[in-house]
Amino acid sequence: MTSSAHALGTVLAVESGGGDGFQAPGLGEFYPETVAEFSLLGVDFAITRITIILWIATALMLAFVIAAVRKPQIVPGKLQFIGESGYSLVRDGIARDVVGPRGIPFAPFLAALFFFILANNFMAIVPFAQISPMSKFAFPLVLAGICWVLYIYIGIREQGAGKYFKDILFLPGVPKPMYILVTPIEILQNFVVRPFTLAVRLFANMFAGHMLLVVFSLGAVYLFGRDNFSIVFGPVSALMAIVMTFFELLVIFLQAYVFTVLMGTYLNGSIEAEH
Amino acid sequence: MSILAAESENPLLPPIGEIIIGLIAFAIVLLVFFKFVAPRFEQVFRARREAIEGGIERAEAMQAEAKASLEQYRAQLAEARTEAAQIRDQARAEGQQILEELRAQAQEESARIVARGEEQLAASRQQVLNELRTHIGTLAVDLAGRVVGESLSDDARRRGTVDRFLDQLDGMATGTTPDGRGGSSVYAAEGNR
Repeated sequence: MTSSAHALGTVLAVESGGGDGFQAPGLGEFYPETVAEFSLLGVDFAITRITIILWIATALMLAFVIAAVRKPQIVPGKLQFIGESGYSLVRDGIARDVVGPRGIPFAPFLAALFFFILANNFMAIVPFAQISPMSKFAFPLVLAGICWVLYIYIGIREQGAGKYFKDILFLPGVPKPMYILVTPIEILQNFVVRPFTLAVRLFANMFAGHMLLVVFSLGAVYLFGRDNFSIVFGPVSALMAIVMTFFELLVIFLQAYVFTVLMGTYLNGSIEAEH
Repeated sequence: MSILAAESENPLLPPIGEIIIGLIAFAIVLLVFFKFVAPRFEQVFRARREAIEGGIERAEAMQAEAKASLEQYRAQLAEARTEAAQIRDQARAEGQQILEELRAQAQEESARIVARGEEQLAASRQQVLNELRTHIGTLAVDLAGRVVGESLSDDARRRGTVDRFLDQLDGMATGTTPDGRGGSSVYAAEGNR
């Protein structure tokens, strides 16, 4: 039984009991029942519905991309054209134009990031899945952590450790007394805020999107069983759930793109000496 | 893990297991993209670029070739024209030369023919003259003998008379006295009668 189904059961129970009113869905949404549980090298793995959704989304995305490039043609077929459009969006739009002229080698990484996030985000509106693994903080955190390590590593590799850290600590072109103010901000910005915002932005968007959908859907179910004005508000709630699903579609794409573009700008900052 | 227990969890503190699962999933994605997807896409992009650039190059090469053959054709045409002009000039010169030669030959031939004619004419005239001279001599003597009716056999006298007569005749011929010639022709006519 999924957590949403559990919440639905609660709502229906309330309806039949008729006492406590609407039980809003809570954090429990994101902690579904464990399907399988095992411990490996002292680490507990809890395989839940969301984990399985992550695997399915990733596998389907990989299958699609592999199918798209399986027989590459100069004149692309439909599938190859779709795959190519997505890859070109990242390769030309981000790796080349945002990261810079030396950004093409980062295209595979950025494309992997984009496709991975997009596929997982998309599960938020796929029927029966209807939750994005990205609304579990662990997954955005993993991605942001990898990005964090990568852009610092690239900065050191491209500019040298001394120059890279010196430029961050003492931003060139700033009057000396201002360093009291600027240096702590820059340190915080580069090493804490960037990865944290990267992860939280994606997580919070998917989290909130899911909550919105669940609240409107369950609200509609609840209101359809009530009398009085519920005849008006029930359909409104159902309509909002549908509208929000389309809004979610926009958020799904936008968040995947924003994550990748921001990583592109960080890489650009690491590759090019001046900020 | 019960759902009620989950309510107390902090969503920003994920369990390690989930992080590892995420890492593995993304690592697989990265691997596939680096090893398979990106190289193939790059290959396609490169092939496409080459196809376009190759097409342009081919077109340029063809154009250059066409231009070269046009130049060659023009050069050949000009060459042929000059050659034709040369041949024409040469032919004209040769024709002129042949004409000159023929004319010279013809002139020479005609001159020769004329000279020979004149020679023959002079020779026959001389012959006629000589024959006439002897004929006239004998005729005149016969005539004179018959007229006189007696022999004028004295050679010396006869020769003197004849020569005198002939000289007279010559003098008539050179002096072109119409009467003298008329007299001689009268003589001849009478002699023939």
